[in-house]
Amino acid sequence: MRLIAVQRILGALLMAFSIFMLVPLAVSYVYGASSLGDLLSPAFLLLGDGAARPFLFAFSTIFLVGVALWAPVRKQAAGVELKIRDGFLVVSAFWLGLGLAGSVPFLMMEQLEMSVSDAVFESISGLTTTGATVISGLDDLPKSILFYRQMLQWLGGMGIIVLAVAVLPMLGIGGMQLYRAETPGPVKDSKLTPRIAKTAKSLWAIYLFITVACGLAYYWAGMDAFDAVAHSFSTVAIGGFSTHDASLGFFDTPAIEYVAIFFMLVAGVNFSLHFVAWGRIRLSLPFMMRGWRPVLRRNTHPGGLRSVFGGYADDPEFRAYLQILFFLAVVAVLYLHFEGMYPGWADAFRDGVFQVVSIGTTTGFTTADFTLWHGPLPVLLIFASFIGGCAGSTGGGMKVIRWLLIVRQSNRELLRLLHPSAEIPVKLGGRAVPRRVMEAAWGFFSVYVAVFAVLMTVLMFTGLDQVTAFSAMAASLNNLGPGLGEVASNYATLNNPAKWVCVLAMVLGRLEIFTLLVLVTPEFWKR
Amino acid sequence: MNILILGAGQVGSSAAHDLSRAEANEVTVVDMNGDRLRELQDRLDIRTVQGHAAHPQVLTQAAGADADIVIALTDSDEVNMLACQVAYTLFRTPTKIARIRSVEYTSFNKLFASENIPVDEIISPEQLVTEYIEQLIHYPGALQVLNFADGKVRLAGVVAHRGGLLVGQELRQLRRHIPHTDARVAAIYRRRADGSRESLKPEGDTVIRENDIVFFIAARKDIRVMMSELRKLEHPIRKVIIAGGGNIGFQLAKRLENTNQVKLIERDRERARYIAERLSKTIVLPADATDEELMAEENIESTDVFCAVTNAEEANILSALLAKRMGAKKVIALVNRPSYTDIVERQNIDIAVSPQQITLGALLTKVRRGDVVRVHSLRQGTAEALETIAHGSPETSRVVGRAIEDIKLPPGTNIAALVRDGNVIMAHHDERIESGDHVILFLTETDEKHIRALEKLFQPAAVLV
Repeated sequence: MRLIAVQRILGALLMAFSIFMLVPLAVSYVYGASSLGDLLSPAFLLLGDGAARPFLFAFSTIFLVGVALWAPVRKQAAGVELKIRDGFLVVSAFWLGLGLAGSVPFLMMEQLEMSVSDAVFESISGLTTTGATVISGLDDLPKSILFYRQMLQWLGGMGIIVLAVAVLPMLGIGGMQLYRAETPGPVKDSKLTPRIAKTAKSLWAIYLFITVACGLAYYWAGMDAFDAVAHSFSTVAIGGFSTHDASLGFFDTPAIEYVAIFFMLVAGVNFSLHFVAWGRIRLSLPFMMRGWRPVLRRNTHPGGLRSVFGGYADDPEFRAYLQILFFLAVVAVLYLHFEGMYPGWADAFRDGVFQVVSIGTTTGFTTADFTLWHGPLPVLLIFASFIGGCAGSTGGGMKVIRWLLIVRQSNRELLRLLHPSAEIPVKLGGRAVPRRVMEAAWGFFSVYVAVFAVLMTVLMFTGLDQVTAFSAMAASLNNLGPGLGEVASNYATLNNPAKWVCVLAMVLGRLEIFTLLVLVTPEFWKR
Repeated sequence: MNILILGAGQVGSSAAHDLSRAEANEVTVVDMNGDRLRELQDRLDIRTVQGHAAHPQVLTQAAGADADIVIALTDSDEVNMLACQVAYTLFRTPTKIARIRSVEYTSFNKLFASENIPVDEIISPEQLVTEYIEQLIHYPGALQVLNFADGKVRLAGVVAHRGGLLVGQELRQLRRHIPHTDARVAAIYRRRADGSRESLKPEGDTVIRENDIVFFIAARKDIRVMMSELRKLEHPIRKVIIAGGGNIGFQLAKRLENTNQVKLIERDRERARYIAERLSKTIVLPADATDEELMAEENIESTDVFCAVTNAEEANILSALLAKRMGAKKVIALVNRPSYTDIVERQNIDIAVSPQQITLGALLTKVRRGDVVRVHSLRQGTAEALETIAHGSPETSRVVGRAIEDIKLPPGTNIAALVRDGNVIMAHHDERIESGDHVILFLTETDEKHIRALEKLFQPAAVLV
């Protein structure tokens, strides 16, 4: 174990993260400027829109902590390459450290009166794109704090380590180890481009592009500029934070909800499919970029809708993802209508589809209080969040592809009962799935269920009733956000131990359990 | 540059390792063996694709459309050629390099053209290795002899022995010893206490000690004279025994049989017969190279050189050791694994020849940017000798028009010789480089940073029109 290398990278990452504190600080000054006259007075610089001081403080503390970690070992550790096991340590330590660092502005904000548990809960919930909150009265908070919460989700969505791999060349080969430890999905060796840094850059470029498109669409659908940007962050990150207590229901505009549905669906798709589609569009263009100079392409590839978007249609995971959500939506809409909870088809359709997509992709926006729906629907939706988004997306849950593999394998076992000696491979997209991948999917499934059961029981020991414990744990582990019962809209009423258990579950869910779990094995610490 | 390597064997893996060190390169490796690819991807920042190297679908999946260079290094000549054909047909890949072993293919140059089999560069390891060993036999006493400028200039590595005139003296004495020949010492490797070697920068006052490995550059005709400075000149080699009748053994025998007395040992009787039918003077012995009685009978003790060139490197090492013990004057063994080479050279084996190193050197020459004419990888890749062409004018180039002492070279690099209009000029410190000169450099550090700095140095600045 090369602890100095780990320490050096952690320090550098913290320093980089501290820079992000300057963005909400800028937001603070922009929104503060209208209310206060003298723009250069010390009072204004400290106050902004009421939350400048926490960000100034957070920036300087996190930066200094980063320097303190980095500076003593920067010479010794330079050139030391990360090994696979160092990757797990860096990623886990960074997510935990980041959760603490991210809580600083919440702690420093007097208006919020948050305890340490609350602040860490909020920050981890943001970074892991869970979207569970302990704050109520969002509408009255300074814009900068609201923006900061959304930004945390956006950074956590594609993965802040992936971002670091993209922009910090020092991560080099070790970058692959980090990338693997952070990216969700059962098959992590596939790279979009030969260089890990370029792969990470491409992912973030696509992520950024979708976010901008989403923000513009929200703006067009009627949000103001601030809300459009803020909600585009949490939509594309599959996060679920909102700038209003009533979440997206605040706007009560069908257009906004349909925009949200579309972008939640897009963000829940494996980003390598987006990358392939983007590559096909690029190839079909008559020119290409050499640096900043467009150059005519020698041989153009004909691009039609079919050839550009064929990658999606051919992907078994994508198809299963849409089929599952479609099926759930049909069930929800029919049930809502015939149960008589909504007077007309239109409302049942709008709320039913929105909630299915929002919960099914593990985003966690709400327009209607789905927890008050009758019958099995609330629990059905919570169960749907266990499936979650596709591998390599920003969504949480166990990922569609794992479920797909498990279902196919179960089918095989059934077939085998009828034909005991037949050779029946598990296939995906016409190709046999390697044993290793199958084993990994099953291993993940069983550990996920075990972790869920254990942590849910622990929650009940802290004094929660069964419905609350069940839904809070599902919502945390799947990075969903809202639960049922006591935690339907807000986690503020939970006791502190319960909050910490949820925090642990969120990080476990985001890092897909094994990355964190491997750290507690004695084998990991042996040389 | 976007590089597609087909085949993750020894050469393929080393090539991927070497090429991916340059930040500007994006390397993708294709192989059938998933485990090997996984192992490779853990170590290197590359992309891997599992599948058949010539299948269009696999090449498409490996982003063949973006590739600037395709390097086909699978075990099969046919697959390599076909892969180049497929890449050319589907993607019009600009540069296609293929490893082709069979002389049956390589001897027909007409085959390899865009309208026929579109392979731009052929790498044939057996041929390279054969030439390499042939040089060693022509220059007894040398560890390595490498050609530059079409063979006009040669680089030789020699172990200094007590008999040499220069041993124990300062390098500046060289001019006094041999006033009419122009030679230059490029690098000295001195043995440390633990058996490993460190490189010394050759200066005027450096004293050559016994057992130093000395690399020097000289015109072809002067190599012998220079070698006598470093060790007692050996008798020319007459009797050669070759163990192993594969492509290398066969070709080697063919080249040597007119000048030397050659015996070839081949285990397989059929193959032995096949070879015997095609050679005229060589004596082909169908036997095992570790057969002590046979070796004694064939007068191993009076043999000048014993070459073990079978496919099995362990067998090569053992039979070479046996031959040495039984009295062969010098033994050469074909050894692929870099970790073996080091061990073997500390034992009684005089020279370990690594086909992998040789192939890699030839390959890198063809991939390197700039005007690199030739690259030789030395000492298991820790040193490099390369030949490049200086272009431009004193205004655009940082090399042309300058005296050698004024050129800012990366550390560990020195200019060993120039070739101007076919004449060899030794690189004295006040010699000025002209446009079009072939510059031969010796690098004792093959750090990626330094090599890139070097490539940049020799590229003329873009002229703004």
